[in-house]
Amino acid sequence: MLHDVAMSNPHGSWPRVGVPTTVHSSAAADDRLAGGRRREQPPIRPPSGGGTALAVEARGVRKSFGDQLVLDGIDLEVPEGAVFALLGPNGSGKTTTVRILSTLLGADAGTVRVAGCDVVTEADSVRTVIGVTGQFSAVDGLLSGRENLELMADLNHLERRAGRQRIAELLERFDLADAAGKPARTYSGGMRRRLDLAMTLVGQPRIIFLDEPTTGLDPRGRHAMWGLIRALVADEGVTILLTTQYLDEADRLADRIAVLDHGVLVAEGTPAELKARVPGGHIRLGFSDPKDLDCAARLLSAAGRDDETLSLTIPADGAVATVRAVLARLDTHGIEIESLSIHTPDLDDVFFAVTGQPSTGQPSPKDGSR
Amino acid sequence: MTASYAARDISTLLRRRLRHIRRYPSLTLFLVGIPVVFMLLFVYVFGATLGKGIGARIAGPVGGRSGYATYVAPAIILLTVASAATATAMSVATDMTEGIVDRFRTMAIWRPAVLASHVVGSMIQTLIAVVVVIAVALMVGFRPHAGMVAWLAALGVLAMINLALTWLGVALGVVAKSVQTASNTPMFLLLLPFLGSGFVPTASMPVGLRQFATYQPFTAFTDTLRALWSGGPIGDHAAVSAAWCAGIAVVGFVWALSRYDRGPAAAPATQ
Repeated sequence: MLHDVAMSNPHGSWPRVGVPTTVHSSAAADDRLAGGRRREQPPIRPPSGGGTALAVEARGVRKSFGDQLVLDGIDLEVPEGAVFALLGPNGSGKTTTVRILSTLLGADAGTVRVAGCDVVTEADSVRTVIGVTGQFSAVDGLLSGRENLELMADLNHLERRAGRQRIAELLERFDLADAAGKPARTYSGGMRRRLDLAMTLVGQPRIIFLDEPTTGLDPRGRHAMWGLIRALVADEGVTILLTTQYLDEADRLADRIAVLDHGVLVAEGTPAELKARVPGGHIRLGFSDPKDLDCAARLLSAAGRDDETLSLTIPADGAVATVRAVLARLDTHGIEIESLSIHTPDLDDVFFAVTGQPSTGQPSPKDGSR
Repeated sequence: MTASYAARDISTLLRRRLRHIRRYPSLTLFLVGIPVVFMLLFVYVFGATLGKGIGARIAGPVGGRSGYATYVAPAIILLTVASAATATAMSVATDMTEGIVDRFRTMAIWRPAVLASHVVGSMIQTLIAVVVVIAVALMVGFRPHAGMVAWLAALGVLAMINLALTWLGVALGVVAKSVQTASNTPMFLLLLPFLGSGFVPTASMPVGLRQFATYQPFTAFTDTLRALWSGGPIGDHAAVSAAWCAGIAVVGFVWALSRYDRGPAAAPATQ
């Protein structure tokens, strides 16, 4: 994840230990201040004439199934135009949260407003502005791709011509034009997922919920989906709340991330803020000769030294210049190194830091960029 | 607000349902096939013996195989309507488990439209099956003595029973956790025509069974249709049938809609 290095440490290079932050307590305030913000903009700034409207506002949401407590008092604030990721392992309550926010499920306690409307008492108003793409495919396998989209156009009560136009546009954009006439059940996993999202977009929702949009996709499909989601935000200015169990996915797509664990939000903030909560990156040097290890330890400000494996840990932000400087220094003193590895802080570390457990039993998705 | 789109939403979803029927014809074939096989079985295998057994008074002056065909046809046609409830439950359960219903639920469409379109679609499907089964029955010896009015009345009674059982099927489909379950739970409906006046007179049954057979809805249904087609007296069979249908339809409707609104009891495993 070298490409993330530049943004991974907003506090300059050489972080020693976890930079103290107040992410959790200040997160809500940040959200309110940063309405409508794009990820390129500075992290916290009061809106300059922009709206401070919240697309999603949840207070104290609790939900149990039988005696199993699934959500234990969730507070969420998603500003309009933001991409908000709900990150957590399987069983943390992500899908339940999305189902409650999208009027599919009632909460046991708490209030939820979407686009300013209460999800219980004004469910129909909420439904006119949201689009939901669930974890499980919601396409009609017996209908063709085009017929699925036409079904959505009719159910959104679009005018016939406007509907046709929108459908043609979506088929093109989602790379489904060639397969438009084939039954959806013959589609590949990636095509189904694209059709699913396209169906959600027919009615031009302002707020889109994506429940694990890339789970089960191969790397190519995953990258295609990421591209579509980014384009959606850039072109249509919608608000997106997505859930994911993949840390790099939240990192790549979201302005803000909330970490959900066992039905409780354990951290919230921008990807940079969250990463600042964990010890910074480091370079790990391995030596074959204990003498070299001694020399290097005197030369460099090491954070850790392991005499058994003959290795040295040096705090570093992972930037190429830093690595080069370390190597040059060792070179001028004629110290041979056997191995070198660079570790940059990622959200896996965040998850571990805030929950004390690894994020999930499964490894993060393998793809070319890792 | 969404109620103003009720008709449009139902017709949109009905088009979808009719496409399903066209593109998945095996369900309709099953709907037609089972009663046709039973019809042939009961006329050509058991017909002669049963026709003789139930006597000329019931089987009619023709007696034997042909008389029994006329006697059993209403039961076979009811079997078609009963098995249609299974097909309805299966197609509703397919929708419910495939995630598409969750999509509909998050849209501002008229709330009962999804289920109502299933009901209308299933009734059209059943009507097709009933017409085919009646045609086969006529070919193998079903000889009704009914005028135009009686025929229309018989079809009206079938539609009423169909409506009631379809709502029951919808409810069983909504509550089913899987399509498999939905195809099994309505099976008891296929047994009911046998445990009544459909195939043999209830008087020939042992006491306990006879009591059940006398008072269960399919006996009233069978007797109403048999009276209409044979030109005999209907008595209170029609009124009893109507009461049963109203009860079954209301229970099915309320049950289906309340469970549809609540959504599937999301298993914690799917969070």
